[in-house]
Amino acid sequence: MDALLHQVLAGLATGGIYASLALALVMIYQATHLVNFAQGEMAMFTTYIGWSLIEAGMPYWAAFFLTVAFAFVLGVVIERVIIRPVEQAPVLAVVVVFIALLLILNSVTGWIYTYTIKTFPSPFPAQPLFGNRYLSSHELGAIGVTLVVLFLLYAFFRFTPLGLAMRAAAQNPESSRLVGIRVGWMLALGWGLAAAVGSVAGMMVAPIVYLDPNMMGGVLLYAFAAALVGGIDNPIGAVVGGFVVGVLENVLGAFVIGNELKLSVALVIIIGVLLVKPSGFFGRVQVTRV
Amino acid sequence: MKATYGATRVLHGIDFSMEEKSITALLGANGAGKTTTLRAICGMVRTEGTIRFAGQPITGKRTEDIVRLGIAHVPDGRGTFLHLTTEENLRLGAYARKDKTNVARDMDRMYAYFPRLKERSHQQAGTLSGGEQQMLAVSRALMLAPKLMLLDEPSFGLAPLVVKELFGILRKINAEEHVSMLVVEQNAAMALDLADRACVIETGRVVLSGSAVELKKDDAVRRSYLGY
Amino acid sequence: MSKRTLVIGIVLLAVVCTLPFIVSNYRTFQLTLVLVYAIALLGLNILTGYNGQISLGHGAFYALGAYCTAILMDHWGVPYWATIPVAGAVCLVVGFLFGLPALRLEGLYLALATFALGVAMPQLLKYHLLEKWTGGVQGIVIMKPSPPFGLPLNPDQWLYFFTLAIGAVMFILGYNLIRGRIGRALVAIRDQHIAAEAMGIHNALYKSLAFGVSAMFTGVAGALGAVAVQFVAPDSFNIFLSIVFLVGIVVGGLASIPGALYGALFIQFVPNIADEISKAAPWAIFGVFMIGFVYLMPTGVAGAVRLITSRRRA
Repeated sequence: MDALLHQVLAGLATGGIYASLALALVMIYQATHLVNFAQGEMAMFTTYIGWSLIEAGMPYWAAFFLTVAFAFVLGVVIERVIIRPVEQAPVLAVVVVFIALLLILNSVTGWIYTYTIKTFPSPFPAQPLFGNRYLSSHELGAIGVTLVVLFLLYAFFRFTPLGLAMRAAAQNPESSRLVGIRVGWMLALGWGLAAAVGSVAGMMVAPIVYLDPNMMGGVLLYAFAAALVGGIDNPIGAVVGGFVVGVLENVLGAFVIGNELKLSVALVIIIGVLLVKPSGFFGRVQVTRV
Repeated sequence: MKATYGATRVLHGIDFSMEEKSITALLGANGAGKTTTLRAICGMVRTEGTIRFAGQPITGKRTEDIVRLGIAHVPDGRGTFLHLTTEENLRLGAYARKDKTNVARDMDRMYAYFPRLKERSHQQAGTLSGGEQQMLAVSRALMLAPKLMLLDEPSFGLAPLVVKELFGILRKINAEEHVSMLVVEQNAAMALDLADRACVIETGRVVLSGSAVELKKDDAVRRSYLGY
Repeated sequence: MSKRTLVIGIVLLAVVCTLPFIVSNYRTFQLTLVLVYAIALLGLNILTGYNGQISLGHGAFYALGAYCTAILMDHWGVPYWATIPVAGAVCLVVGFLFGLPALRLEGLYLALATFALGVAMPQLLKYHLLEKWTGGVQGIVIMKPSPPFGLPLNPDQWLYFFTLAIGAVMFILGYNLIRGRIGRALVAIRDQHIAAEAMGIHNALYKSLAFGVSAMFTGVAGALGAVAVQFVAPDSFNIFLSIVFLVGIVVGGLASIPGALYGALFIQFVPNIADEISKAAPWAIFGVFMIGFVYLMPTGVAGAVRLITSRRRA
């Protein structure tokens, strides 16, 4: 019972990270109907930038916010320069471009920083809060940071005019133009926000799995699973999906299939959801006209 | 406003002008090119020739920028943001507006014109009836505080009494706030009641134009072009 | 076939056959790998280029073929040449079975599912319950085959010709497939699947078949590759292998048979040259070239070659 509780709570901590990355994926999907295969590498690359800032002596939270800002700009630039030319292109071309982006980000990071594993600091104290046996301070802190980010995003989209305009542009680009919204820039902004959220996920997971150019591969897979479970066009679903996948991964890994096969959990979830309920549990069913 | 263009496939030569603060009706059969004319004004289709608004050429500009000049388009199919609430739809109408100070006041005015919108202000717009969505579309366009409104078949799918009510409100807005209107309509009778001038379009060309009163009186015109 | 093409063909054949005797053993080994990759890329091209089903996980079929060979040779002493058809058959069946549920997935979602397969593959191969077959993390070592009948070739040269022969068979098979009714059906399904169904093409059957055949080609390549490299281990079959295959067909030329060869040359030799600069450099080059080709030369090297040769004729 004790062990189960521990796994569930640890699962919630990693689940929050999956939820953040899944949310980034869903934001881009909602606006463009595209799956950003390079989301993990974008998060990884920006986390390395954060590492550089900290290594250079910057205090953690200053580096954190500067990294998030950098990630935002990177997202906007990538959308305008690399993605925009292929937005209307056939699916294969788009997928190829995303994979190429993945490769470039991964290899450039390896080139600059080498493949030796580095440690990434956590802003949270080393001792567990209140001496509890279930969650380290970092895990607790990661859940907290995730929730703050999610709340801020929710408030942005729900209550600000820009957030409303972005939602409108994602749902109905033509009508959005008719009210004067610059749809192209809304897309770029969406990418920027998604990249920023991804960078937060990266900086929260790096202290746990250690900084390495390939650290986000598995996380991305879990994020895909989470996004699909929740419905690839539903942000709240993505968040719920993230926590569900995190807990499932830990519980199944500890008690059923062993830790070595954890990634297969993601694989099975992905294929299972795609076959059984492709719109996810909260998503909208897409009907295409013949 | 002078407009001369020929979008090769649909419009072969549309040439007409509108006076400020007037209501002009664009009439014609299905497929004549009326909707395309409105879309061309908004920069949504490729055109050749010049379109001028308040003396400035607007051909080739992007839709978003044309809107910001003060042209609001109530599209064919209404273009409602179905997954957003009624109120959010209205707020979006004011997105590109220059003076933000009067937005709240104007929203109250829309609710005054169309009380049913107020009842449903926090409902998803997709759950509104056809008529209510039409009123929402018109209100959304008005939230821009436009100088020119383009309306594509505003009577579509509405009961005649509702259309009368809507057109009454449009006439009122034209008279009080001096908003020019270009109304595309299949229901020629009601459109001629509303408008000052009318143009008839057939297969992409303007074939007839004149004051609404004259066109209504002329039996030959009515029978051959307007179908009644 | 025109006289000119025949002459070019004979010259190329002569060159290809004498190369192993001119260059070093290591170079011969690399050329063998080029042939292996060419077969794998042909497989992927059948599925993605000609039939439009995006696979980001073809490394998994390569791995399956490789492990088939390794396990058969290591556990049951099956001679290397007999394992090749078995690997092909196994991959054909597995590919077809994978193709059945894949029918329900379109474009992006299929890419996602195959991507997941590609990422999870190494972990699946390391699974401890399968360890006594797969050799776990250490993998399996394979003995290098020696030339039969006492032929005056060294093992590398023999392997080259062996792979060349199998490659020729596979390419002829692929050529006939693509040029025939099946190939036309695949392309019809890719371009206008609703019209294809309406015309009487049984989409489901052909699409699953495409998966099976494609997996078979790549599986055979995996088997040959295992023999050439003499070693299989889980970490060599990660997502980057699948990505490299994608790079190969994009650069070589989608929906093109010679494209498989151009792509194979590219993915085999670029790392050789770029490795000097940095371990990461080849991947950066792959990425840049992929994007470059998508924007500038979507028909790949094969398309460029076709353009040049057709201009010369005119």
